[in-house]
Amino acid sequence: MLNKTALHSAHQQLGARLVDFAGWEMPIQYTSQLDEHHAVRQSAGMFDVTHMLAIDLHGTRVREFLRRLLANDVAKLGLPGKALYSCMLREDAGIIDDLIVYFLREDWFRLVVNAGTADKDLAWICQQAQDFGVEVQPRRDLGILAVQGPQARAAVLKHLPAGLAAQAQALVVFQAAHEGELFVGRTGYTGEDGFELILPQAELVALWQKLLADGVKPAGLGARDTLRLEAGMNLYGQDMDESKHPLESGLGWTVAWEPAERDFIGRGALEALRGKSAHKFVALVLEGRGVVRAHMKVRYANGAVGETTSGGFSPTMKASIAMARVESGAEGAVEVEIRGAWVPARVVKPPFVRNGKILV
Amino acid sequence: MSNIPTELKYAKSHEWVKLQADGTVVIGITDHAQNALGDLVFVETPKVGRKLAAGESCAVVESVKAASDVYAPIAGEVTDANAALANSPEILNTDPYEAGWMWKQTVTNPGELEVLLDAAGYEKVIAAL
Repeated sequence: MLNKTALHSAHQQLGARLVDFAGWEMPIQYTSQLDEHHAVRQSAGMFDVTHMLAIDLHGTRVREFLRRLLANDVAKLGLPGKALYSCMLREDAGIIDDLIVYFLREDWFRLVVNAGTADKDLAWICQQAQDFGVEVQPRRDLGILAVQGPQARAAVLKHLPAGLAAQAQALVVFQAAHEGELFVGRTGYTGEDGFELILPQAELVALWQKLLADGVKPAGLGARDTLRLEAGMNLYGQDMDESKHPLESGLGWTVAWEPAERDFIGRGALEALRGKSAHKFVALVLEGRGVVRAHMKVRYANGAVGETTSGGFSPTMKASIAMARVESGAEGAVEVEIRGAWVPARVVKPPFVRNGKILV
Repeated sequence: MSNIPTELKYAKSHEWVKLQADGTVVIGITDHAQNALGDLVFVETPKVGRKLAAGESCAVVESVKAASDVYAPIAGEVTDANAALANSPEILNTDPYEAGWMWKQTVTNPGELEVLLDAAGYEKVIAAL
């Protein structure tokens, strides 16, 4: 029996194609994945991402705990509401999950973790939290709605209580505000401006209907995937997992090495790999015809090889793009094997697309 | 509900076949197929002159989600391919039976036409999926 969000029947009424996503019956697309993608790049789209889990952490030592738990450093979060993207590592530096952490009060931080990893994340966090007296509270009572696109913030602000609207309007990127259980973060997974709203599941439908009436386009997980790929953002379980470390996953930038004395979980193993990783992570644009998918072979002129981890068609660029894990020494011309033929590609610096603009 | 024109013949692998007055056939993918694939972003059609065996994989349609092979429903030689699909693959979504045709071919063995499904037979195939 699949889990359902409070918006399940709203999705059905819109004719959504529903699929099993990490044990949740979720919309993959409504009418057209391409239209949904373009709506987010050009105006505003909304995604039900209630399958993701918010976890509240309470206690006087929460910050100290998170500085141990996460590879990025929550000491960077000075202003209440500020957020940070981080990996959560095993002792051997394998990635347990990637997540966003929000600093709400000195005794209250909130994590948002992936659906497919939620149970193991919770078990791991609870185990680690014991030594710090931190209370771990999974918030399955809350739903999450991502409203994304150049017109997304304006669309949401209209429907917030006046006090919260004023705060939400003033948010900088990667910052959140909340009033009671209504939480608004200026974050997302699309490469566009927008908000992620966390609110009681009982209030989800009413907000969804208001945004729908204002012309915000419902978008499915299919569009969410092409948008995040264009934005050069990793997908857990596809681009990295517990058998991979951040330095070979394009996530070295999320590891806070300084201060050197901060002993985060996985630090020892990661230090040993620093500058010596056998693999690197690259972004590719296909120059020939075809569509690159995940798990296609990559080869370089100097003989180095690798494999794509994510790939697809970029609706904005009208070209195929991919991310790949390749041997560290890889240099020279690149090709991807598509259905038996080697097709030329070029290496670019991600993101491919950001704020509606092609950057590569 | 899928559109299944009664004047066409169908293969279980979701291609349609239209017999022309000159004895050659036009081939494409069905409305059901395009709908199941989702937005199409890349189409590769067989080269003119290629000799196809019945059931041979000879074209590729790729949607935002995945790549799928398209099979020659009957044996024959390719006489024409729809060049418009290279730049406008979305035609396959919007008009799978007319503007979205994929290739034209000769009919090596007319008996193979007889084993193709009619509209009612194809409707049963997709109803059973």
